[in-house]
Amino acid sequence: MPRSDAVTAGEQHDFGAALLDPDLPLPEGIVGPHGKKAEKRFAVYRNNVTVSLINALADIFPAVQRLVGEDFFRDMARLYIAKEPPGSAVIFEYGGGFAAFLQNFEPLSRYPYLADVARLEKAWLAAFHAADAAPLQPETLAVIPPNGLAEIRFTAHPAARILQSPFAAVSIFTASREQRPLDGIKPATHEDGLITRPFDAVEVRQLPPGAAKFLGALIAGDPLGEAAGHTMADHPGFDLPAAISAMLEAGVFSACSASQPNPEHTP
Amino acid sequence: MSQKTIVGASALAGAVAMAISGATFLGSTQGAAAATEKCYGVAMAGKNDCAAGPGTTCAGTSKVDYQGNAWKSVDAGTCATMSVEGGRMGSLEPLDRDLPA
Repeated sequence: MPRSDAVTAGEQHDFGAALLDPDLPLPEGIVGPHGKKAEKRFAVYRNNVTVSLINALADIFPAVQRLVGEDFFRDMARLYIAKEPPGSAVIFEYGGGFAAFLQNFEPLSRYPYLADVARLEKAWLAAFHAADAAPLQPETLAVIPPNGLAEIRFTAHPAARILQSPFAAVSIFTASREQRPLDGIKPATHEDGLITRPFDAVEVRQLPPGAAKFLGALIAGDPLGEAAGHTMADHPGFDLPAAISAMLEAGVFSACSASQPNPEHTP
Repeated sequence: MSQKTIVGASALAGAVAMAISGATFLGSTQGAAAATEKCYGVAMAGKNDCAAGPGTTCAGTSKVDYQGNAWKSVDAGTCATMSVEGGRMGSLEPLDRDLPA
């Protein structure tokens, strides 16, 4: 039966649905060279789609895979793919809901830290693909008059991200990515992570107490004096010089401006 | 306005000065990275390959029985090697849910 080249939205939907659900029938119009229905050919294609997506998740979440084991990871990934197929043609954007999936995946309920490890891995990839920008140079701060420092605001580097976790997510992530043993890590320890990419390499650091609040406020556009004041009120032991030093070294910001006080966040 | 006075201007200036003088950032690990070349797009290369070899149909067609007691334990991974909090996190006992009626 002759077909036009145009594919309807309904046909596309059926084709996509059948790719991820082996119980669905062969989509309409999938035939071999002689016009016979091509069940096996479609099954090969369906398989390759699923295997490719599982491999993509394994590449995006290597620490999680190492933590749960490859067999477990691949079986679990197949369930996730069926539940949340890619929403973008750009494969590195896939897996945005994987952390939430892990959090609610009952066989992993005894490992509640895995979701935050997955969030760190996703943040790592986002930082890797973020726009390039030169990190703020210490000299830029050095030339600002002392009485103007309280009012300066910073522009976040495109790669900079903060993750606050009730678990030892940074230690677990780092050990797992470096293929080190996890002995001695106490999973229920609160840890804050900072993800940056000052040049070409993504860096993941653990932040000292208070630094996540301080940097988060600066990223949100709060002036330096206000961010420092709020943080020191909450964390009396907060080490401000160390935090400033670390944020410069990590490349959290790309610029700062000594603009006049302004309630609106300037981009 | 009161928030601005929590950290005095001199304290802030001191902190910034200390941060800058104590920092030898660009000589450290990442200074060298500025000179490396970035190869766009290679991180996810290979995703279009025929992943499981031609003619195989296993991964996409196998049907998973999602039963708590049938689900694989994670003992092949490294989660189980972690220190155990309250005797719970390293446990690998089968779950007693979703059993066949």
